[in-house]
Amino acid sequence: MAAKRSTSSLVQSVQIDGLVVLKIVKHCQEEGSGGSDLVQGVLLGLVMDNRLEITNCFPFPKRTEEEDFDEVHYQMEMMRNLRKVNIDHLHVGWYQSTYFGAFINKPLLDSQFNYQNSIEESVVLIYDPLRTTQGFLALKAYRLTKAMMDFYVKMDFSPEAVKSADISFESMFEEIPVTIKNSHLVNALCCEIEDHMSKDQTFNYMDLATSSMLEKNLRLLMECVDEISMDANKFLNFQRQFQKQQQSKQQYLQKRQQENAQRQIRGEEPLPEEDINKLFKPLQPPARLDSLLIAGQIDNYCGQIGEFASQSFGKLFMAESLQDSASNS
Amino acid sequence: MACNLECRVHPVVLFAIVDSYERRNEDAKRVIGTLLGSYDKNAVEVTNCFAVPHNESEDEVAADLEYARNMFELHKKVNSAEVIVGWYSTGPDVSEHSVLIHEYYSRESKNPVHMTVDTTLRGSKMGIKAYISTSLGVPGKTVGTMFTPVPVEIISYVPEKVGVNMIQLGKFNAKRSVSMVKDLTQVDKACGQLQEKLSMVLEFVEDVLSGRVPADTTIGRFLMDLVSNVPQIEKEEFEAMLNSSMKDLLMVVYLANLTRTQLALNEKLSIMS
Repeated sequence: MAAKRSTSSLVQSVQIDGLVVLKIVKHCQEEGSGGSDLVQGVLLGLVMDNRLEITNCFPFPKRTEEEDFDEVHYQMEMMRNLRKVNIDHLHVGWYQSTYFGAFINKPLLDSQFNYQNSIEESVVLIYDPLRTTQGFLALKAYRLTKAMMDFYVKMDFSPEAVKSADISFESMFEEIPVTIKNSHLVNALCCEIEDHMSKDQTFNYMDLATSSMLEKNLRLLMECVDEISMDANKFLNFQRQFQKQQQSKQQYLQKRQQENAQRQIRGEEPLPEEDINKLFKPLQPPARLDSLLIAGQIDNYCGQIGEFASQSFGKLFMAESLQDSASNS
Repeated sequence: MACNLECRVHPVVLFAIVDSYERRNEDAKRVIGTLLGSYDKNAVEVTNCFAVPHNESEDEVAADLEYARNMFELHKKVNSAEVIVGWYSTGPDVSEHSVLIHEYYSRESKNPVHMTVDTTLRGSKMGIKAYISTSLGVPGKTVGTMFTPVPVEIISYVPEKVGVNMIQLGKFNAKRSVSMVKDLTQVDKACGQLQEKLSMVLEFVEDVLSGRVPADTTIGRFLMDLVSNVPQIEKEEFEAMLNSSMKDLLMVVYLANLTRTQLALNEKLSIMS
């Protein structure tokens, strides 16, 4: 089993079993109360060639008020039991539901970092239950880039560190393509189910009503923009104060030198050099991590809006052609 | 003993059963497991399941009940509304050993349902059947039990249906896989589906017109509904509505792109300073 483990850049795609997809959907449906609550779980599977195969998963209970619940214990028990029935018990990642794509935040970063630290190939699957209800499965796999991992390890989020690591909000997460694969027996099952399942496909993916989705998206976007402007203000303030401090330091040094020169002329001893840092306390540069996260989140929202808009355009054009033909006939 | 009990299964359960069958031990011919779900008037809704290790030979059967209880506790932590509603086994028939196992489950739940999934694909169908036990025999003398079949229906939540549809797209693919598609292609696909359905309907209408197929009044009424559903709006009004919607979308897209550019600029500036 001494396979040479190359870097995580080897995992090029993620392959999910149909079972996992359905389990995630079911879990989010039952516990997510329509998608506003966060729902989390663990992914199990293995790494094959350059694919990460996810073969099973189990949900995490919601964090309730009673703290007598031991998460680690639950996980261990679950994995031990699953091993008995020959289910893959290797941790390969975790999944989380999201509300309108608002998932780029500190807790996610922390968790994913912890996972990737211990298991190089782990990914986080983000599932959007609301968009799935509209008709299309919204499941994406993300991973922290190598640069981001190195940067996070140092726990130093000052502006200089960010500059030297060359991190921008685009290079924080990378998306990995996802495919769904089934075994032959499951395919047979699919054929069977197709006969049985009711054919009332009342999906509203043809729905022309775009305003509610757009409104919500925009509102979230506005909140993010507010946050980032506050953060930018803080940074500007810090810069201004820093400048002022630099100036006053210079002035003080100059005065010192002048005085010393004068004293020398008069023949007295020069004043002792005081520790300049004690006089002017160095200012703490603000952490840039939050701004990176918010920027990434805004980017995500914008991307979502773009996708949604392109879909709506398609639907609108279809409606137009339908109307034309109706009015012509 | 509700004779009109109906068994409703979610696709998740079936997928999990097939998966556990595929992962069975070398010598095991079938797998068994617990079914979790809820009772609802005349129906049992099965929403979850897990496999239970067991050994089976000609004369005896042994199942790891401790494991079953443990797993149930763990599952209960996640979803406390799910209770044990029965058990499943793969394989075409109900065997004698099933009675023993069924007895155990009768202790755990008041009227357990036994579900079989025919993974041997007998008759080229994966038969999904459910039974409950009914006692038979002459009262006073030895009472036996019989497994009476119960109708099975496959239901799912709306997002589950979406998931199943997505998975089914991989059926006819050589690699048995389907990849996530970009959103515009999804609309395109939906449009294609709609077109297919419309052409089927057209074919039917042509057949009726040319007399090949007898006309059916109910279908005729549905068609009327369909055609009249296209709203009769004045051309100018419709154009106005269309344009305003498009303008909204364009504006939002423009703003979103603007925000993005702003972000990129911000990054560059903060790095420079």
